[in-house]
Amino acid sequence: MQFGLSESQEFLRDSARKFFAGECPSAEMRRLMETDTAYDAALWSKLTDQGYTGIIFPEAYGGVGLGKVELMLLMEEAGRALLPGPFFSTVILAGSLLEAVGTPAQKKQYLAPICRGEVRAAVAILEAEASWNPADLQLSATNRKLTGTKFFVSDAAVADFILVMTRNGVFVVDRKAPGLHISPMSGMDLTRKLYVVEFANTPAEEIGGDADLTDPFDIATAALCAELVGGMQRTLEITVEYAKTRKQFGKPIGMFQAVQHQCADMYLETESSRSAVYYAGWALEENAPDATTAVSIAKMYASDAARTVGNRGIQIHGGMGFTWENDLHLYYRRAKSSETAFGDATFHRERIASLVVDSIAVLGEACVAANPAIRKREKNCP
Amino acid sequence: MDLSLTAEESAFRDQLRAWLASNVPKDWSEWREKPMEESYPYLRAWQRKLQEGRWAAVSWPQEYGGRSATLMQQALFWEEMARVDAPPMANSLGLGLIGPTIIACGTESQKKRYIPKILSAEEIWCQGFSEPNAGSDLAGLQTEAHVEGDHYIVNGQKVWTSYGWVGDWCELVVRTDSAAAKHKGLSVLLVDMKSPGVEVRPLRQMTGESEFNELFFRDVRVPVENVLGKVNDGWNVAMSTLMYERGAYGARLHLTFKRYITRLIELARKTKHHGRVAAQDPLIRQKLAQCSAEIEIMRFNQMRAFSRISATGVPGPEGSIQKIFWSELNQRLQQIAQELLGAYGQLLGDDPLAIDKGIWAYAYLRSRGNTIEAGTSEVQRNIIGHFVLGLPRSY
Repeated sequence: MQFGLSESQEFLRDSARKFFAGECPSAEMRRLMETDTAYDAALWSKLTDQGYTGIIFPEAYGGVGLGKVELMLLMEEAGRALLPGPFFSTVILAGSLLEAVGTPAQKKQYLAPICRGEVRAAVAILEAEASWNPADLQLSATNRKLTGTKFFVSDAAVADFILVMTRNGVFVVDRKAPGLHISPMSGMDLTRKLYVVEFANTPAEEIGGDADLTDPFDIATAALCAELVGGMQRTLEITVEYAKTRKQFGKPIGMFQAVQHQCADMYLETESSRSAVYYAGWALEENAPDATTAVSIAKMYASDAARTVGNRGIQIHGGMGFTWENDLHLYYRRAKSSETAFGDATFHRERIASLVVDSIAVLGEACVAANPAIRKREKNCP
Repeated sequence: MDLSLTAEESAFRDQLRAWLASNVPKDWSEWREKPMEESYPYLRAWQRKLQEGRWAAVSWPQEYGGRSATLMQQALFWEEMARVDAPPMANSLGLGLIGPTIIACGTESQKKRYIPKILSAEEIWCQGFSEPNAGSDLAGLQTEAHVEGDHYIVNGQKVWTSYGWVGDWCELVVRTDSAAAKHKGLSVLLVDMKSPGVEVRPLRQMTGESEFNELFFRDVRVPVENVLGKVNDGWNVAMSTLMYERGAYGARLHLTFKRYITRLIELARKTKHHGRVAAQDPLIRQKLAQCSAEIEIMRFNQMRAFSRISATGVPGPEGSIQKIFWSELNQRLQQIAQELLGAYGQLLGDDPLAIDKGIWAYAYLRSRGNTIEAGTSEVQRNIIGHFVLGLPRSY
């Protein structure tokens, strides 16, 4: 058993870190977040050259064929850089969905161009109710036409096609399709733009058939957590650096335990999130029986931890942490949008409850005890 | 990253499983609730049996009676022990902390003298580290020893000594040079607890039991050859002992916690809470889920730490997050148990209506000590701040 990174995994992580530091430093990230779509064609082609747009997909479709643990490492670095634009929407979300449900022909038509870096894509999930429970979806396709509205669709404005979750399957809509209308929402995370996507008798092609969507959404959820880990790590580093240099009362503030202990907790929360994400990546890669639980554990923990780490980091910076020029609020904003995306901690706790609390085999069940020492240590005792 | 067991690891586990299947005592549950004074001969016998199968100290080198087990194998060992609900070993400090320190720092004749009887539980060991005025600031300890002829004369007081009441020998940290800087003037002595001038008193803790003792030393004579390591190098010897404290032992904690949460979930499925089956109450579900998830994360953190230690050879200061994590988690877990059990949760073992023989009331109180023992949460956070994150020392 070896729960550390292999040499090639470390190499991937280090080269990704170097890549993002060079191609998407803070100044570039801030320039992009001020644009309408946060998308940059030049950056995209560099991501493609690195093989990142096809990272986990089969070589048959132009992908690189790496595993989910490698994906977690890449997303951690992307999160550390707050990579703006449609990388997550296109590669992780749309890509995984297509790989899971597409027919071979559809993969060739839609997934291969993603791997080759030729297209951007979005996935439309939430509706007015903003529920992450698939059972709450209302939109359905009639004669391969869609009419209705999707909300909170990341990166829809730069998407060449949009995958749409409906009651009767996954459909793909071309950006030029008649009756498609895309309008911006004004979200807190400036690096990942949100849109309302309306369909009015819009033609759509069904992707695959009745496939289980758990897997692609689990991959996307875990990848989102990996981004959060990268953001937490960066927040921790910025904060520790500040605590070492900022002086008050004649000493670095990091010498005060009230500050130091907050930093220690940031470290604990970041490392624990990372452990959960790596495990989820491994469990997904190996199709482990607890993969879905592991993803929920990671999402539950990282959703809360990212917010808490952000809170502590900003608090330690004092007034400086509350300024626009400091990057911490950008991580804080991302942490909030990612916290709600794919279900917040409460949502995933309930999912864990249904997987764990409801599944423990209770011998004989029943016995809704009115104590007497749990009716002499259970049995059925009605 | 590969979380499946290697062939060697599976072989080790299978061999242990087979051995445990035919050797683990079946009647431990009858002894578990009894005071340790009563069950101690039972625990000694169990350790002897384990060592007959060469299982008492798997981490020790082969030549000293162990199996030179890797850290992963040690973790597997504790997991398997927990899985079959094996009793603890009588000489747990001797096996876990003091034996390894003697192997690492002792002379050949010390090893020959002490090691076999640690393994056989013939001589039980305790640790004389903390003092009334030296807890977190251990290096500030005041128990002093000076040489008279071929003996040290020891005077002072120790506190929070586990197994003091049954200890035959004590790994005692004393000040041998009061002029030196506080970390520099310490030495470790191996002290026969039957020496004249040693007094052991029980220390009653908030749970009502006495897991710990106070030790008093009045002009106790210790032969000079009983110094462990070099004179005045006691700080490093003591620190190497404390490092073992964070070893693979933690591997069984997640199984202990898992047993707790599994039992709580069973109880939640069978009892009512605010008028409905507790397991259907959304708030209870949230709390049980949070807790189960954190127990898993504790396991993931541990697995990562073991891999890191296996690669680097030393348990680093990162181990402090484990201590913070498990101790705070157990306190949250016990609070959830109390909420779930409601008024019944407070009942102690001697009450006929107590659930599970009162373990929940006991565990709630006992968990309060978790964030204090083996290095307080505050000290652990100092360690992370200074040694991991590189922040300036705060004290």
